[in-house]
Amino acid sequence: MARRSSLGWPRIIALTLAALVATVLPLPDWLEILRPDFVALTVLWFCLLSPRMTGLFHAWGAGLALDAFRGVLLGQHALALIVITYVATKLRLQIRAFPPLQQTAVILALLWLNEFLLFWIDGVSGHPITDWRRWLAVPAGAACWPLISGLYARVAARR
Amino acid sequence: MTLHEPDARPLLLGGPALGLRLIVLAILSLGLMVADHRQNHLAVIRDWLSAAVYPVQWAVQAPFAVWNSARESLASRARIESDNVRLAADNLVLRLRQMRYDALEQENQRLRAARESSSRVVQRTLVAEIMRVDLDPFRQRVLVNKGSLNGVFRGQAALDANGIFGQVTRVGPLSAEVILISDPEHAIPVQVNRTGARTIALGTGRSGQLSLPYLPQNSDVAAGDLLVSSGLGGVYPPGYPVGRITAVARDPSQPLLSVTVEPQAALDRDPEILLVWFDSTVVEPEPTPAAKPASTPGDAAGGN
Repeated sequence: MARRSSLGWPRIIALTLAALVATVLPLPDWLEILRPDFVALTVLWFCLLSPRMTGLFHAWGAGLALDAFRGVLLGQHALALIVITYVATKLRLQIRAFPPLQQTAVILALLWLNEFLLFWIDGVSGHPITDWRRWLAVPAGAACWPLISGLYARVAARR
Repeated sequence: MTLHEPDARPLLLGGPALGLRLIVLAILSLGLMVADHRQNHLAVIRDWLSAAVYPVQWAVQAPFAVWNSARESLASRARIESDNVRLAADNLVLRLRQMRYDALEQENQRLRAARESSSRVVQRTLVAEIMRVDLDPFRQRVLVNKGSLNGVFRGQAALDANGIFGQVTRVGPLSAEVILISDPEHAIPVQVNRTGARTIALGTGRSGQLSLPYLPQNSDVAAGDLLVSSGLGGVYPPGYPVGRITAVARDPSQPLLSVTVEPQAALDRDPEILLVWFDSTVVEPEPTPAAKPASTPGDAAGGN
């Protein structure tokens, strides 16, 4: 769709791949529980920054790759990610105008929606995880948002 | 429109196109999930995907592997010498035990032949390395670096040096996913070694704990009892250690005991595991020898 943008496809793919790697990188147990959903954060950042460039197809592809990486039901991350991308794209002009704290709160809500969809799909497909600690990744992800958006903005600004 | 970006695309995204795309992709995702959930429809796609992500998974764990091998090659001479002394001593003990075991195995084979039941001991093993890739913190699953190209199959039992580790749930060409006995979705048929009582051990989601939820209040179990695999279901070879009972909580108001078990295998510390092949055609138990001709390999219960 877009030919001119601040970000080219190579950089988008590289950042998405980096997020995927960060999702499976071995961490100590206590930190593993707090690991944010880096792929969701990356997809959200792209859809807020250059929705004409990436958008739903990018989110869907990233979600499928994540499913393949983690060996879960094929399509579950993909579905959750396109739903939050849709919401974020609809609200993006407002979200972009928000002050950082408020923006983080919106991200928190979107990540929660993402996790809820995954939880729901897990339950429907018969592999429920009822451990309450699975929800800890949501606030952890929102807390990472300012860092990640700053980091990505720096990567994107580099020519 | 921003001033320096002269294009005519709408600033306000959305509208029917976006909604339509969402619906199409959502239906596609749901279709994939349904096809994947009903096993085997997507086996080929799964194979391809697992082969495609394998290089990245390998790259993720490569630095850790390099670090480990570097540390090993730089290990001090003193440590290697002490290790060597210890291993030589261990070897002596094991060889003594092996001598006795060989004799016992011979005898066992003869007795089993006399009973016309085939022996179900492990026949072939394959060492697989556990890849340092975190799949999901709430599921006890690991990725190993052997796949269908090495002959690994779904439902294959995995052991480590101390006991039963888990079974293969998904096989790709180069890698396989192993579910640990401590996964909350895993159950293994076991036998209390001291009394011979059979029950089922369930995973709890924590790597150091299993539970025995189906024992009635009057069952004879005590802390310290060893559990071995019973071999029912045909997934695991019988007679291998599974765990040791750590606590038995008798609450008279409950119909069943609550028993916790510590797995014998070092589930969270193993660098490598053994995938095993064994002959699992016999159905147990057979109360009377007279019932022999009626039993066929086909009525083996599918275990999990």
